[in-house]
Amino acid sequence: MKKEFKVISELILQNSKVLDVGCGDGELMKFLKDNKTSKIRGLEISKNRVQNCLSKGLTVIEGNAENDLQQFPNNSFDFVILSQTLQAFLDPEKVISELLRVGKKAIVTIPNFGYWKVRLNLLIKGTMPVTENLPNEWYNTPNLHMCTLRDFFNFCSKREIKIFKSLALKNDKTLNLSSKNLAWRNLESQLGIFLIEK
Amino acid sequence: MNKLKQLKNIIITKPQKLDCGKEISNFPISYETYGTLNEKKDNAILVFHALTGDQFASGKNPITNKDGWWSYALGPGKAIDTEKFFVICANVIGGCMGSYGPSTIDEETGKPIGTNFPVITINDMVNAQYNLLGHFKIDKLFAVIGGSMGGMQVLQFVSNFPDKAHIAIPIACTSSHSAQNIAFNELGRQAILADTNWKNGFYEQNKTSPDKGLAVARMAAHITYLSKKGLQEKFGRKLQERDDLKFSFDADFQIESYLRYQGSVFVDRFDANSYLYITRAMDYFDLSKQFNGNISDAFSNTTSKFFVISFTSDWLYPTAENREIVIALNAIGADVGFVEIESDKGHDSFLLDVPDFLDTLGNYLKTNYKTVNEKRI
Repeated sequence: MKKEFKVISELILQNSKVLDVGCGDGELMKFLKDNKTSKIRGLEISKNRVQNCLSKGLTVIEGNAENDLQQFPNNSFDFVILSQTLQAFLDPEKVISELLRVGKKAIVTIPNFGYWKVRLNLLIKGTMPVTENLPNEWYNTPNLHMCTLRDFFNFCSKREIKIFKSLALKNDKTLNLSSKNLAWRNLESQLGIFLIEK
Repeated sequence: MNKLKQLKNIIITKPQKLDCGKEISNFPISYETYGTLNEKKDNAILVFHALTGDQFASGKNPITNKDGWWSYALGPGKAIDTEKFFVICANVIGGCMGSYGPSTIDEETGKPIGTNFPVITINDMVNAQYNLLGHFKIDKLFAVIGGSMGGMQVLQFVSNFPDKAHIAIPIACTSSHSAQNIAFNELGRQAILADTNWKNGFYEQNKTSPDKGLAVARMAAHITYLSKKGLQEKFGRKLQERDDLKFSFDADFQIESYLRYQGSVFVDRFDANSYLYITRAMDYFDLSKQFNGNISDAFSNTTSKFFVISFTSDWLYPTAENREIVIALNAIGADVGFVEIESDKGHDSFLLDVPDFLDTLGNYLKTNYKTVNEKRI
């Protein structure tokens, strides 16, 4: 399993109610179901992936996070997970506010556009960055709103969102992340993991 | 009609109060079973049929000699695997395959009840079938499953009996019959009523049969079960056994001939009055009205796990209406999964060979049966 998923699952409390937004083939859901909680739901846009999840006995709803989160009542989950998809939404701000309405807490992970290889790509080559984490060209990327770890920090402070815990992943190594070491972490890590709360 | 007497049935002696206010008792429910009930009695599935279905969901229907209506989904090794599950399927009341309906012979007069039969509802159908659990001494079903009107029965069953099924799978249905649904049903009913052979519903006494009206009703309904794309691909403008248009009202086009055939075979197996009564029951179905406008309240005590399924090309019970069920269930935090299956076979998709649908349904049942059993141990 991806290191990212291990880190996420460590943030989830036993027997809590969890919604995995963009749950894919249900890898994280299955792990959480076997190890943390049976009260886990998923939302996924791809029909095939939804079918795979349902076949595994996972409770998943076909839907789009941008429209279909509204069917869930306020605070109906303890944790809402959004893994590496925030940048692909038309309106990420609205999605974040929906996550925090539906969930008491949200876990959001972000591919870091401030990572040094990304920066170097643009600086030296003068082209839009193509890296392991961001494999698409500018004309076919699903990512509409890329951001850096610093951008997300700034966003949270502007919108008065509390960052409960923040971590960075550097080559599958978990590092602590805070406003004090942000300049360096924002350069060296590929991924940020944020536990946030309204 | 004598053949019908040989079908498996139970007689419900306990009086049942119907939604229309009348009470019925000592009436038959015809059913069929598939597979074997295990010792723990935890592998039973109740399958509900759609408008023109019956208890013969799989295998050969002994009355029509045709394959059961859900042969693609139900049988040994199929999605609803009868090597693993014990499946019960009953003819709804109002139907014409042995259960209490307008073609049942009134013992006093020796003639069919006809339109003296009370108007029934989906709720009445479900309450009648509930007696089967007692008959088989099943405390809790593993699953209730049904498509179209069968799906409506699933919703009503879980609402009436919130702790009697582990799994509920309503397929291609709605929680409330739409104006369009009612309109199409009314079209069918009017076709029957307009047939002079209908005789106010007492056609058998008059030794007639409203075959033409019933056939037209079936033809109109059949169009609603298919998709435009499906029809176009299968028939297009192809001509029926001729090289050119005949400048007449014969069936020039294959689609015309196909519909006429569907209409003509239907009247051999279905009773016109049953068609009136069952379509009426569907039109009256409105789960939200039963709960003062809030569908969620219909499921407030539910312990069931739901799996709602719709099809992309189904315009009779479109995805949006199926999604409303999902939304109502999510609003109360029920355990509900949902997928819209890609298919160009229209509303009929649930009856046909649609591998994505059959695989997902089969795997879902298999995995959840394991989980339910593990929990119990």
